[in-house]
Amino acid sequence: MAGKRWQTLVFPLIGDNPLTLQILGICSALAVTTSLDTALVMTIAVTCVLGMSGVSVSLLRKHLPRSIRIIVQITIIASLVIIVDLVLKAFFFEIGKRLSVFVGLIVTNCIVLGRAEGFAMRNGPLDSMLDGIGNGLGYGLVLMIVGAIRELLGHGSLFGMQILLPVSKGGGFEPLHLMLLPPSAFFIIACIIWFIRRKRPEQVEKPEFQVRLQTQGEQK
Amino acid sequence: MTGLLDLFFRSMFVENLALSFFLGMCTFLAVSKRVETAFGVGIAMIVVQTVTVPVNNLIYQYLLAPGALSWAGLGDVDLSFLSLIAFIGVIAAMVQVLEMTLEFHVPKLHRALGIFLPLITVNCAILGGSLFMVERSYGLTESVVYGFGSGIGWALAIVMLAAIRERIRYADIPEGLQGLGMTFVVAGLMSLGFMGFAGLG
Repeated sequence: MAGKRWQTLVFPLIGDNPLTLQILGICSALAVTTSLDTALVMTIAVTCVLGMSGVSVSLLRKHLPRSIRIIVQITIIASLVIIVDLVLKAFFFEIGKRLSVFVGLIVTNCIVLGRAEGFAMRNGPLDSMLDGIGNGLGYGLVLMIVGAIRELLGHGSLFGMQILLPVSKGGGFEPLHLMLLPPSAFFIIACIIWFIRRKRPEQVEKPEFQVRLQTQGEQK
Repeated sequence: MTGLLDLFFRSMFVENLALSFFLGMCTFLAVSKRVETAFGVGIAMIVVQTVTVPVNNLIYQYLLAPGALSWAGLGDVDLSFLSLIAFIGVIAAMVQVLEMTLEFHVPKLHRALGIFLPLITVNCAILGGSLFMVERSYGLTESVVYGFGSGIGWALAIVMLAAIRERIRYADIPEGLQGLGMTFVVAGLMSLGFMGFAGLG
């Protein structure tokens, strides 16, 4: 049983990652990753909301009429997000300001609703919490990788600490400004997806049309 | 007038919700396999965005903003922390109302939009539009223009992405990049193209 619970927690990290396989919650992943600290705060916020919403939806699952379940789920999630937002504003005002609307947008982050609907409605509270936290961490893992790459190549720093000295300060590192612009996030995530699917060929999507080789006599 | 026109084009191109703020990405990547469906979602998005942003603007101005309840004698009540729940409620309700009205009056359009309308409820671009409206404190006219412009911008982006994806269906793509990976690269290139509009501002 303990092994199964551990699986619930660990499986979403790479095997069933919400970002690279389930295509959920991409919006915020791209927008908050210009530096590592915003990515970290966003990860923590999303993981908290996911864990707590898993528990509360799962506790209510036997009392909810099917027809209004989505509205109830959204209301629960929205309340949790408001709490997280207020906590951020109270204790981490600077970072909360930089995340701007993206904390509020956790409400419509498809991961949260997707896990509530897909997992918490059918499983007990403890399992749902583990599943929520696992998915939050899987989401966070990609977020942190993208954030680290963008901050390191864009500013030459990690968590605001200078690691590579830029040319303007006498070092030998030329900051890549493209890394701070939106498009770079798309490319980095594409590379991460490529890498994961390289390691796990079972995740590769089948092409809709097979390309036929044009060599003579060789029919595929 | 020029200010409004400026806002319209800015929300459509420079501050494109999909390509420079990454909002509504899930729908953007998931329903862009064919141009027709992409067009349907795009239209639904324009309609819902144009309606919900002004409505949320009114609700925020007269009910939720700090000191907004002074007409009821409750000048020092600040309900702005409720705005998230209120907005998402308004969006869900508006989508429902819109669906019923369309079904009753324009059944043809309803059949075309059909499944996309409920999908729009959980689209972050809609909620994002309302939240940006609050953050940048737009007035009523501005929010109508902003909602319309950003809706068109998003629709434009998804139709273009769908068109490109229809084209590359026959391309020989490395195995690991097939499907989702390639879509990300294409979206990245499009976003790079849209960055060029930033200079126009």
